Order: sequence, then C-alpha cells, then structure tokens
Amino acid sequence: MTQATIDRATFDELKQTAGADFVTELVDTFLVEAPRMLDELRRALAAKEADKFRRTAHSLKSNSSTFGALPLGALARELELSGMDPAKANDAKLDALAAEYSKVAAALTELKNA
Amino acid sequence: MRESSQSGARLLVVDDNKVNRLLLTRSLEQQGHSVATAENGRAALEMLRREPFDLLLLDIEMPEMDGFQVLEQLKGDLQLRDLPVIVTSSLEGVDNVVRCIELGAEDYLQKPVNPVLLRARIGASLEKKRLRDQQKVLLRRFAAPEVAQDLQASGFTLGGKRVEASVLFSDIRGFTPLAESQSPEETIELLNTYYTLMFSAISGHGGIVSLMIGDGLMAIFGAPLPVSEHRESAVRAALEMIELVDLFNLERAAAGKPEIRIGVGIASGEMVAGYAGTTDRATYTCIGDIVNLASRIEQHTKVARRSILIDVATREGIGERVPVEALGAVLLKGKTLPTEVFAVTIAEER
Repeated sequence: MTQATIDRATFDELKQTAGADFVTELVDTFLVEAPRMLDELRRALAAKEADKFRRTAHSLKSNSSTFGALPLGALARELELSGMDPAKANDAKLDALAAEYSKVAAALTELKNA
Repeated sequence: MRESSQSGARLLVVDDNKVNRLLLTRSLEQQGHSVATAENGRAALEMLRREPFDLLLLDIEMPEMDGFQVLEQLKGDLQLRDLPVIVTSSLEGVDNVVRCIELGAEDYLQKPVNPVLLRARIGASLEKKRLRDQQKVLLRRFAAPEVAQDLQASGFTLGGKRVEASVLFSDIRGFTPLAESQSPEETIELLNTYYTLMFSAISGHGGIVSLMIGDGLMAIFGAPLPVSEHRESAVRAALEMIELVDLFNLERAAAGKPEIRIGVGIASGEMVAGYAGTTDRATYTCIGDIVNLASRIEQHTKVARRSILIDVATREGIGERVPVEALGAVLLKGKTLPTEVFAVTIAEER
C-alpha cells in the first residue's frame, strides 16, 4: 500500500487548530526552508559533518510530521539515524528525498490554496 | 513584580527550526501567552539572563548550544534553576527523554506538539512555578535574605559547622514598666518601629537577626555567609543602632512619648552556626560560649551604664578605628571568672 504524500487528517487538524491563514504562512515558510535543508544535507554529507547532517535530517523529519508528510518524514528519519553510514546515507538516498519533497511541495501548495 | 497566572504568562520558545518556532508561538499565543523566540541555546540563555520569563519551551537538537547544554547551564544558575522547562522535541530514544528529565526538565512533549496537551502541561508547570514563587516570598519574610539564600543553595539540614563570627545582643532598657504604662497596641507599634530600625542597622552591616524575643534580639555577623571584618561590622552596626534610637527618640519626644534606651553587647570568636530545632521547625542560630558571653555582656550594660559593651576579642578586631574605653575585668552574671570588658565610646556618654 502506498502512503499518501500528505496525510489529510493531520493537515486538516493543523488547519483547524492553527487557522487557515496561519497554515498558509507556515507552508510558505516550509517551502523556503526545506530546499535549504536539502542543500545542507548534501553539503554536510560531502563534508562529512555528521552532527550537521543529523540535525538537519532531524529538522526536516520534524517539519514533515507537522504537515503530515509521512513518507518524507520516514526518509528523513532514516537519514537522521544513519550515522552517515554510506549504505544508508548516500547521493541516491538524497535524490529519493528530493523527489519526495517535490511531491510534498506540490501537494502542500495545492492544499494551502484549497 | 509581574504575576504569572495560568494564562498571560511570558514564555520563551527556543528552536532552531523556523516552522517549529512559528507553530509553537502560534499555539501559545492562541492560549493567551506572550511569546519570545530564540534560535539556539546560547541566544536563549542570554535572553533569560536579561529579562524575566515564566517558562521555557526548549528544543534539543540545535546548533551552537543544544538543549542538553541549556538544561545543564540552567541547573547551575541560582537565578534560573527554578525556571520551569518543557522540552519539545522529536528525539529518538527513551534514554534521551530520560536525560532531559534528569537534567531538570519539568516535562517532555513529542513533536509535533498536540495543542491540547501543550495547554495542560503549561498550565500545570505555571501553577507549580506560582507555588514555588510563593514559597520563596514566604521564606524571605520569615528568614534573613542570607539564610534564605543559604537554604536555597545548600538545602536544609539540621546541625551546624564551626565558624568565626561575632554575636550581638540588644534589648530595650526598662521595657517592662514602659509596656505597662501604655496600651498593648502602642507597644506593638513601638516594637515594630524599633525592629525596623534595628534590622536596617544590622543588615546594613552584613549581619542577620537570628532571634527576636520581646524587646530583645540576637544578631550574627559572619554566618551563614562570611563577612569580612565581622567584628568591626558588628560594632559599627551597634553604633548605628544607637544613632537610630536617638533619632527615633526625637520623634517620640515630639509626640510627647517617653524616650527609649537600648543596651548592646558583642562577643566574637568560634561558635557553631547552623539550623537548630526539629525537621519541621528550625531556626538559623549560633551556639557556644561566645553566644552566652555576648548575652551576659549585654546584661552588664545596665550595671556599667554604657550603651555598647564588647569583649576582648571584638576589641582586638577593631584596632584603633573605633574608640573604646577599657572597663577592666568585671564579674559577669553567671560567670565564675572575671571577664575583660570594653565600652565603645559614644559622644554623649564620654
């Protein structure tokens, strides 16, 4: 079974408790911050900065769960816990993460305007 | 002082992630709190040391200084260690959560934070803080600030330690006939003014009042916190006490009331200072021959007709900085051997 890019129940609850206008602002912030985090992950991996890598993956995981982006969160969590083990943290994994993020960005853009 | 009620508290949110900061701030503002934010532990500590907050919401994974380091710093900071901290994180592993609690965090909330749970935890934390603040105020009211500080820093244990200190006794001469000649209400008013003046003179010179009995009091200089030149400090406090009583008498004379006179006795040396009493009710005090001696010397002020009398050890501590007159060895009440006593020179008694 494939998981939805965005878990609607989580997103709707966020919208309900925080307010639609605020969630629009929050999504916009995420759409600015997340690409930076993806870049940071590539840079930290190349520079072998394990702390930075773990922290950034952690941050992305945390934001993913806020919006209900469960598959993206799961990928970020794997990276957070990888300890930069080349088998678990590599360019292919980061490419998969970026691809999933693109789906999330599209879905969130659509949802915030809904 | 700002009251920290359940709603309308001032909170600090620390998180390196902008989305998290925005979301938490939104939640808290919706609950009626005012919120400031910091992006890492170092910035948060700077803010906490600069302005008062009622509660800290702390992320753990942060650059510069992480949440664990912030908790450690807070624990070692006398001013901040009672600040309630709720950790909000998506840490992996129970041991990390345990570490937060062991480092003094009041609570741990998994991210994304559920707003209902957040409200409940914050309410409980603020209520606990309110009770703690109340206790601190009470502690200050019923104990000298130095004792309150000592209690907060080292906790309470019965028993004492040996210290070098000076003990001062004072009482109002002829207080019983005075009290009998006026209404009890007038006597209470007199005592309140008298104690206010005496406390001010004593604490102004680094001493603490450890006992008040009727019109008499006992003060300690040099414990629980060390006072440099505790002997001279005690003597200077005594001189100020006499001065303040003189001023008070001018006011009383203007109101047609009889003047009061006090006698002060001081002795210095080694004594045992600490908390005496029971685990339920105790007082900070000093015990030893020196304390007894100070009390006897104070009683002797009536016989010698001098306001301030001191023992030889106190005399040695003030050098030539305060003029004294040797009264020779006198037999104090309750002592079998004569004791050398000195009168501190006061202009009008000379």
